[in-house]
Amino acid sequence: MKLTNRSKHLEKKPMTLLERAYLPAVLTGMGITLKHFFSKKATIRYPEELRPIAPTFRGLHVLKRDEAGRERCTACGLCAVACPAEAITMVAGERKKGEEGLYREEKYAVSYEVNMLRCIFCGLCEEACPKAAVYLQADKMAPPRFERDEFIYGKDRLVEPVDPNARSKRGIQLTAEQAEALARRMAGMDA
Amino acid sequence: MEIPALAWQGLVILAVFGITLLIATYSTYAERVVAAFLQDRVGPDRAGPYGLLQPLADAVKLFTKEEFFPAGSSRGLFIFGPCLAMTTALMASAVIPFGNTILLGDGTAIRLQAIEVNIGMLYVFGVVSLGVYGLMIGGWASNNKFSLLGAVRAAAQAVSYELAMGMALIALLMVTGTLSLREIALQQYNGLWNIVYQPLGFIIFIVCAFAETNRTPFDLPECETELVGGYHTEYSSMKMGLYLFAEYINVFVASAVMSTLYFGGFSFPGEHLLYNTLTSSQGELFAHNAVTILGTVVLFAKIFFFIFFFMWVRWTLPRFRYDQLMRLGWTMLFPIAILNILLTGAFILLFGNKEAKLDTTKQPAPTEIRAVARK
Repeated sequence: MKLTNRSKHLEKKPMTLLERAYLPAVLTGMGITLKHFFSKKATIRYPEELRPIAPTFRGLHVLKRDEAGRERCTACGLCAVACPAEAITMVAGERKKGEEGLYREEKYAVSYEVNMLRCIFCGLCEEACPKAAVYLQADKMAPPRFERDEFIYGKDRLVEPVDPNARSKRGIQLTAEQAEALARRMAGMDA
Repeated sequence: MEIPALAWQGLVILAVFGITLLIATYSTYAERVVAAFLQDRVGPDRAGPYGLLQPLADAVKLFTKEEFFPAGSSRGLFIFGPCLAMTTALMASAVIPFGNTILLGDGTAIRLQAIEVNIGMLYVFGVVSLGVYGLMIGGWASNNKFSLLGAVRAAAQAVSYELAMGMALIALLMVTGTLSLREIALQQYNGLWNIVYQPLGFIIFIVCAFAETNRTPFDLPECETELVGGYHTEYSSMKMGLYLFAEYINVFVASAVMSTLYFGGFSFPGEHLLYNTLTSSQGELFAHNAVTILGTVVLFAKIFFFIFFFMWVRWTLPRFRYDQLMRLGWTMLFPIAILNILLTGAFILLFGNKEAKLDTTKQPAPTEIRAVARK
């Protein structure tokens, strides 16, 4: 019984003399490979060259600060709840007197850990966050590491540095040209 | 200072040896780059500029690998196999004329050829046939059924294709009337290239050359999809490296022989015109040497083209099935080769052979040039 009518009926004829001589077919094949010899190469020389990253790319997490340099996160736990991969854990703590310059609200995250091996980079934490504290960066990826525990990112690696110009050196950084191209594309998308 | 002719000859032998090894080394790099380019990749580009130090890295890797002897192998033969493969491969390049003569001021003529034997073609043929013993001994000594199967295949394949190759060469012999590679090259220097007289013979020869060097589509002895690694399954470290190296030397020698036999060797179009022009402006000695050096460069260009051709075919064609290989060898190439002999014989009867034609050519033969320069 035939399932579809798409199957092709093939006749198995003995090869003709020209086919048995192999040479015409060989020459055709060599023509094809020669065309590939001169065609554009698909290789991306990785560490020097990077693939273009989409402006909506969801990469490595960052915990943002507000305009006064205070941590925005209040350790409400909504991101951890939203996380389908259960990659986020946190411990909440109460802000002490004198720490107003460090944390925006009275409650803050004493520890905030993202397990990059569990994370599926879906971005639901970003959507769940009521304080606009956690974001997935479009231009940074979680780099490969040798040890599994190195993939558990604590606050030391997640929180944005105070100086907005001093970006963390960790992660794969775009080149100046790539960053510029990305910025241009993002500007186009806003318009 | 007087340097005896023997010393010059020794220098030439050393140079030929060195060049053969160098070209084989860089063939491994070229193979990878050509393979990559044919597959839309860029190939090795990390070791040195454009990956040019890649062969060095490969050598270091091979030398530092564990030297492994399989249980139950006959140790002596296991070592002897790759040595024999390498030795026979290197021996073949000794008789290839890499150029005409270089004339020194005192009238000494240095042949750009390691040794000149008047049966050069037979020598190459014999030495290349010996090469299969390296594969056989290695495969046998490994005490491994896959190795043994590879070795048996290698032997059967070599015997089958040597036959057709020999027949193709007989037709060429009928045209040239000599077995000396230098003579054949000089004939083409003075007349037309042999490819004009022997197109069919060349096709047979090149197919057989692929089979003799165990290159795809005839690489059944090392057929990794069926025989793990064929005759070199059990080999590791530099013994494996020697086998691989021998293959590339064989490719180089096959390319050189093909260029010499069918594509004019060190001759190139317009050489007589160049020679005459240079003679009138710079003198005979300079003209002769300039043409010789240019001829050597041209010969190497031809050889490199054929090496590229070997690689090009390798990365285009799939491997033959074993019965197809045997059928092609015995029922197609062999009869065609005999037909080629008959056709060649008929043409010689009708038009006379190359030797007879040579007498009517106007250009001075290089032997005469040498005689003139000695005066």
